[in-house]
Amino acid sequence: MVMQPVISVSRLSKIYASGFCALKDVNLDIHRGEIFALLGPNGAGKTTLISIICGIVNPTSGAVRVGGHDIITAYRKARSLIGLVPQELATDAFETVWNTVSFSRGLFGRPANPGYIEKVLRELSLWDRKDSKIITLSGGMKRRVMIAKALSHEPQILFLDEPTAGVDVELHKDMWQTVRELRASGVTIILTTHYIEEAEQMADRVGVINEGEIILIEQKAELMRKLGKKQLTLQLDVRLDAVPPALAPYDLTLSPEGDELIYTYDSKGERSEISSLLADIGRARIRFHDLRTEESSLEDIFVRLVRRS
Amino acid sequence: MNFRAVRTIGRLASHRAQQPEIVNFRAVRAIYLFEMSRTARTLLQSIVSPVISTSLYFVVFGAAIGSRITEIEGVSYGAFIVPGLMMMMLLTQSVANASFGIYFPKFTGTIYEILSAPVSAFEIVLGYVGAAASKSIILGMIILATAGLFVPLRLDHPAWMLAFLVLTALTFSLLGFIIGVWADGFEKLQVVPLLVITPLSFLGGSFYSIKVLPPVWQTIALINPVVYLISGFRWSFYGIADVSVSISLGMTAIFLAVCLAVVWWIFKTGYRLKR
Ligand SMILES: Nc1ncnc2c1ncn2[C@@H]1O[C@H](COP(=O)(O)OP(=O)(O)OP(=O)(O)O)[C@@H](O)[C@H]1O
Ligand SMILES: [Mg+2]
Repeated sequence: MVMQPVISVSRLSKIYASGFCALKDVNLDIHRGEIFALLGPNGAGKTTLISIICGIVNPTSGAVRVGGHDIITAYRKARSLIGLVPQELATDAFETVWNTVSFSRGLFGRPANPGYIEKVLRELSLWDRKDSKIITLSGGMKRRVMIAKALSHEPQILFLDEPTAGVDVELHKDMWQTVRELRASGVTIILTTHYIEEAEQMADRVGVINEGEIILIEQKAELMRKLGKKQLTLQLDVRLDAVPPALAPYDLTLSPEGDELIYTYDSKGERSEISSLLADIGRARIRFHDLRTEESSLEDIFVRLVRRS
Repeated sequence: MNFRAVRTIGRLASHRAQQPEIVNFRAVRAIYLFEMSRTARTLLQSIVSPVISTSLYFVVFGAAIGSRITEIEGVSYGAFIVPGLMMMMLLTQSVANASFGIYFPKFTGTIYEILSAPVSAFEIVLGYVGAAASKSIILGMIILATAGLFVPLRLDHPAWMLAFLVLTALTFSLLGFIIGVWADGFEKLQVVPLLVITPLSFLGGSFYSIKVLPPVWQTIALINPVVYLISGFRWSFYGIADVSVSISLGMTAIFLAVCLAVVWWIFKTGYRLKR
């Protein structure tokens, strides 16, 4: 069954007052309950896209529906569904953690619920700082306060714009644990990150945006399968000066020291080619004492994609 | 056929259908209380300092000038300046509070949350302007009480006094809100109160009746909108006025309408709030 997308962006463009075109005819559907990672270099338009969906930036043309509600004409319903953690740290320095998070809940029209706020603060390891003024918190704690604010009204959709910038490794793990739990409870999560390993670990689908254009949207596994390169490295017993002519039909390179033969192939490529390669190597009487294979990461794929576009 | 118009009408119609205009009262309350708690935090600055400056005005103007001008139209000079003084504080404090209230989230970036929340422009204005106006009204009352310590006061029309107080506080808080949206630096934030409001209230008869001016200057003074506010306000105290009360009330209503129109336009276009 094909579900109605929870967010549907159609033909969205944004030209800033400066005349700069930050988004060009963007189409994007986000599925209910998924973790979607938006990847792209600095200035690609990630924050612009998120800001338009959340109502902070006016679109120039195109339409966005959130939970089936148009973000302009039915903004109340659309925005009630969304929690946003923006990229920039922006907090009320002199407020306490508790007050600022409770304020957010009220702003979104939800009745007070101290028990729920407590739960959110505990999950984000902020409970023992609940009465601290925000100005006294560290950068990573402030970012968690912003996450708590975004979660305060129990949103169905959570936007995380570079959520782990400035958060230490231990807390990264906690945070991703929280994100996973949120998804398990049915929340849809859209995140942007520069840490591609995170997208690789966390996301169900990946979108790549560059210069205001979505250049690819794919299931992460599919993306790896389509664009992932694999390498087979054979460690030779005897050094070679050149790739033997008998193996010329294969895409082989010799390491600079001459002690390794490297075979590069598409992961979707023909499996039989590897066995014929190995057979030919045997026939050419080249002996090897070890072999290993490597897969390219999402990062390699990403760099290649952006360079190509 | 005008397709764009048809589409717009269609949109408006669906807008109506999808959104019965319910008011997000919790949001208004959240903004209002947030702003009021900011005042409580800066109590010294927001309440104590105006009280001190009021007392200083009494000492300087009341004692020094009052010893020469004993009475104006049957009211002692010290009592005569109370409405003008209150009005002056009301104007400057309303503008200062409201402009700061909306400028600060713009400055720190926390405005993102207001913009992304399911709140209408009306609710945002109600929260911010309501809080700023409340503060000014409270302040006005405190100044009145302080003045009562120095001079014998009289209130001929208390209901009208309250009406002028509330209307003026609202109007100038709206003006402050507009200034706060327009300002893109702390300088601009201070320019209007400093260069417009204070001079106009000094020249608007806070400390004298414009009837004491030469006829030419009386006519010129009537260009100053603050004259109408102070005159009407003073009438509610002592039943004496420079201009007729209905004109005062009419002018106040016109300012209010103008400010409302500008605020409406700001939100319609997203001027300086949304990029
Ligand atoms: N208010 C603005 N006026 C003019 N141009 C803007 C404005 N805001 C952003 N831009 C431009 O729009 C482009 C996209 O910006 P955006 O912030 O969306 O990028 P991003 O993908 O989030 O980048 P990053 O990874 O650095 O956060 C950039 O070139 C930026 O300079
Ligand atoms: Mg960004």
